[in-house]
Amino acid sequence: MENQVPSIWGAMKAKGYSRREFMYFCGVAIAAAGLERSGFGQVVNAFETKPRPPVVWLHFQECTCCSESFIRSSHPIVADVIFDTLSLDYTETLQAAAGTQAEKSLKDTMEKNKGKYILLVEGSVPLLEDGICCTIGGRSALEILKEAAADAAAIVAWGNCASHGCIQAAKPNPTQATPISKLIKKPVINVPGCPPIAEVMTGVVTHLLIFGKPPELDSRGRPKEFYSRRVHDTCYRRPFYDAGLFVENWDDDAARKGYCLYKMGCKGPTTYNACAVTKWNQGLGYPIQAGHGCIGCSEEAFWDQGLYERLPKFPGFGIESTADTVGRTATVVTAAGVGLHAIMSSIRKRKVIEENMDESVNINPPKPGSAMPADSVDEGGDAS
Amino acid sequence: MATATTLPYRRVYVWELPVRVFHWVNAISIVLLAVTGFLIGWPQTIWMSDEPYQQYWFGWVRFIHFAAGYIFFFNLLFRVYWSFVGNEYARWSSYIPHRKEQFLNAWETLKVDILQTKEKGKISVGHNYLAALTYLGLFFVMLFQVVTGFGLYAGMSDAWLPWLFAWIVPLMGGDAWVRQWHHIAMWAFVVFTVIHVYLSFYHDVVEGRGTISAIVGGWKFERDDEFDK
Repeated sequence: MENQVPSIWGAMKAKGYSRREFMYFCGVAIAAAGLERSGFGQVVNAFETKPRPPVVWLHFQECTCCSESFIRSSHPIVADVIFDTLSLDYTETLQAAAGTQAEKSLKDTMEKNKGKYILLVEGSVPLLEDGICCTIGGRSALEILKEAAADAAAIVAWGNCASHGCIQAAKPNPTQATPISKLIKKPVINVPGCPPIAEVMTGVVTHLLIFGKPPELDSRGRPKEFYSRRVHDTCYRRPFYDAGLFVENWDDDAARKGYCLYKMGCKGPTTYNACAVTKWNQGLGYPIQAGHGCIGCSEEAFWDQGLYERLPKFPGFGIESTADTVGRTATVVTAAGVGLHAIMSSIRKRKVIEENMDESVNINPPKPGSAMPADSVDEGGDAS
Repeated sequence: MATATTLPYRRVYVWELPVRVFHWVNAISIVLLAVTGFLIGWPQTIWMSDEPYQQYWFGWVRFIHFAAGYIFFFNLLFRVYWSFVGNEYARWSSYIPHRKEQFLNAWETLKVDILQTKEKGKISVGHNYLAALTYLGLFFVMLFQVVTGFGLYAGMSDAWLPWLFAWIVPLMGGDAWVRQWHHIAMWAFVVFTVIHVYLSFYHDVVEGRGTISAIVGGWKFERDDEFDK
């Protein structure tokens, strides 16, 4: 087996990398996986001894922005993870082979490395009419996915498409686009985002390389190290939020001063991602830093929330109605009903009230000199 | 003299002290939660001229919301406990419909109070069953607010209590959707309050049994012959 699949160090040596470069790569990998320096020896050991896992990268309903993001990892040596140190055996976008050759390569990889390869899936799977909306080589995406997933050592869902369905799954979801975790019974590592941050993607792959098992996941299958904090809580504009300083218009003075974009529909408060920490394009910035609110691209059904609204639209009550429109209407209607009821009561219940008044001891003002009738009736007193 | 028609009344201790305390703590925390919640949903612009380091008002609004949320939750837990040890008017059995007469009473109340026909049966001493059903429904809305509220709070808290409710977030498809439903349910309290306050006054005016003062002092007044029915 060792001869068939060399270790990462073996593969690097064969390509002419020096030991120093290998150690350097290990150092970068450790940072990408978010490990402590004390884990360095473990990483070097893993890369020296463990066989280099082959990778199958499937593309279904997607725009390839995840691939684009991945190959733009901030550090060239991290991008090399996929091209030099991993054995990328099949990926429609980047492979040299085409047609039946490509399909054969996929089949060979899966057969030769049963239970050993890492499956990376980009894109959602449409279920409409037996998956007719997305086929490769005459086979539906669902069929290909199920076959590839059956013998995979680990499965990663790249991007919002594979994790949550993204724009294809937005209402009314015409192709019945479905996230892959709903189609496979095995555990799936969800790496949502449109696209995910390059460093997050390489971090997940590096973790799989070092430990041979998925990183710690949250209840939605996302790696905790990257998706446990909200963009809002890590945002550099957060002090403006706590101070109650908000942008009211895209071109107002507050926008120029860089106040909080909460009222412009920024989805930072409901979005779990590492954007504000890792940032994009080699740490250059992230959307909020560029003056645009977060659109929540790593969250489920973010297209249905509206990109610039604080509250999502409330379905079934007209295009522009929010929860507040509905609530306000209900309150006004109730108040009107109550008012009407009060008027009706004063008419219909007059008799009851008059009867009560007849019972009352003070219905007739006491005449001067006569005894107070109230004195004669005590609690539980005699009925006269 | 008209005093000839005067009828004997009995005093009934309907709302025990813990029930009254629950009611007012609940009322105050709901008002605080609704007001601060509405501000969090759509913050008003005030003190725009200051720099962020000079003020923290929105942070305080959120703090009040979270603190009131905790009080609201534990108050609710206490009320659930009291529904097992309290008097008959506070017991769970008078809220959860399980007897035919409860439904009949609810229907009767609907006819008398809403359609305003003539009162025939006995006036309930505690809640009428229509009211009891409403409180039961509101109890579930309260639970929903607790679950969704703490579920949202879990994302920014290390405390164990909010994390007990974190499961709601994936179930509803993310924070944004939990927030949406948490916001909608707030309006249920607003609508409820309008009806609740009005009907309390209505009953006090029409029946003259001290409905309003009962939630302060605990006493209601019942005609002697009502006890024989």
